[in-house]
Amino acid sequence: MTCWRVSRLDATDDDTDAGDVMDWLQRLGHGALGVFERLGRGNLFLLQVLAGLPGLLLRPRLVILQMHSVGVLSLVIIVVSGLFVGMVLGLQGYNTLVDFGAAESLGVVVALSLVRELGPVVAALLFAGRAGSALTAEIGLMKATEQLSGMEMMAVDPIRQVIGPRFLAGFLSMPLLAAIFSAVGVIGGYFVGVGLLGVDSGAFWSQMQDKVDLHEDIYNGVIKSLVFGFAATWIAVFEGYDAMPTSEGVSRATTRTVVHTALAVLGLDFVLTALMFGDI
Amino acid sequence: MPASPEHSGNDSLVKVRGMRFARGTRWIFDGVDLDIQRGKVTAIMGPSGTGKTTLLRLIGGQLKPHAGSIRVDGEEVPRLRHDALYRLRKRMGMLFQSGALLTDLSVFDNVAFPLREHTRLPEVMIRDLVLMKLQAVGLRGARDLMPSQLSGGMARRVALARAIALDPMMIMYDEPFGGQDPISMGALVQLIRLLNDALNLTSIIVSHDVQETAAIADYIYLLSGGRVVEHGTPEALNRSPSPWVNQFMHGLPDGPVPFHYQAPPYRDDLLAGVQAGRDRR
Repeated sequence: MTCWRVSRLDATDDDTDAGDVMDWLQRLGHGALGVFERLGRGNLFLLQVLAGLPGLLLRPRLVILQMHSVGVLSLVIIVVSGLFVGMVLGLQGYNTLVDFGAAESLGVVVALSLVRELGPVVAALLFAGRAGSALTAEIGLMKATEQLSGMEMMAVDPIRQVIGPRFLAGFLSMPLLAAIFSAVGVIGGYFVGVGLLGVDSGAFWSQMQDKVDLHEDIYNGVIKSLVFGFAATWIAVFEGYDAMPTSEGVSRATTRTVVHTALAVLGLDFVLTALMFGDI
Repeated sequence: MPASPEHSGNDSLVKVRGMRFARGTRWIFDGVDLDIQRGKVTAIMGPSGTGKTTLLRLIGGQLKPHAGSIRVDGEEVPRLRHDALYRLRKRMGMLFQSGALLTDLSVFDNVAFPLREHTRLPEVMIRDLVLMKLQAVGLRGARDLMPSQLSGGMARRVALARAIALDPMMIMYDEPFGGQDPISMGALVQLIRLLNDALNLTSIIVSHDVQETAAIADYIYLLSGGRVVEHGTPEALNRSPSPWVNQFMHGLPDGPVPFHYQAPPYRDDLLAGVQAGRDRR
């Protein structure tokens, strides 16, 4: 990659501003090229991972082990968060709806908020923080301790052996975790709304049954969580695989995973919501 | 510099010709020719940073050279596609500096790993093979330990047992003697030679431990500045007239490779401090 700079040898005080601007432009260009180079590497990496996935059907044990590590071990944070989010929704929803005399619709508000938005998005953010960062750190450390290199020299493709199962596990776990989050959230909303605030139990459930549509709401929510799962896991495994093999490199990679996944999930959420629920 | 006629020939397992490799703008290798003879222990030595580990990665196909050819057992490594390269790697063993054991598996499972991945042998047979390999390196009793419980020397021996699990045709050792106490160093030195002869392997040792390596090597290549500076048997290199080779082989602190890093004249440097102090007042 060629880069050019204004020679500093003949810079005088008059030339300083021009030199600084050129420096800044050069750094900007270098940075932008770096971003695109990384994006390209990430895409090539993804293609390699996807190419190795069919082979995993013959070795389900690897995937199951990872689903336990990535999915099952995330259950605690998902369930607890879901419960609290549902309860807060119940409280806030009631406070707002009661002014319009629409407290009976609390069930609908809680369920739709969770199933359409909060379930997929918050579960994805929690997934990035717990499972995503763990994946990045694990893969980054395997790279730093030359385990991936060692596997290559033992004629075992680390992408098929290590990355593939983790990618598949993350992708499959995400919609399940989002569904559990939504379900527990609804229960939390029920406890607060019906149990504490006195909303009619029959109205709570029957209105929800009436207004929450399987295709429009639930399936769209599942599609969202599949897309988020794909993005979150892809970012997590790529950051780990691409990390500098030093302790500083791994720590930076884990931070990047959480930040980039959060941004990607929120950005994709807007796009998907606009496509699914908006009239854009 | 081409390999001498009596050394190269049909007996070479690894043939490197005119190989050039760069990292960024720096040429790590600038025209390297090597021959690794079958059944022999060949050492590749040189100062730190000459890219000896890079050479092993090039031979193993983890890196691609920018020019030149690398042939292993007749196959042109940089041109191999994924499946063919992995098939070739099954016949190579590599011992990394740190051992590179899989940290979540026990010693037994680490050695069994290549057998379980690449063969369909029943567990009973795999158990026997693993125990045999561990016995060869003297660690049969450590089979249930985890890598974190092993000392550096033990970890390397387990990695060696793992490297010979599939009975490869060649093994590459990356700085096997670094940071070892005399006893484990002695054990490892013996093991490398014994295994090479007993299993009819071809061994490539990358090291800068001249004493240990010269004791077991059949042939030595000295690398520096991206080229092969000298090559020959250990005896020939010890008698070499070249001052650089002499400095390297005998560990002399000063010679063609200077002791002092590039710096301005000593007297001027010290006096400049005195002058700077005066100016401040």
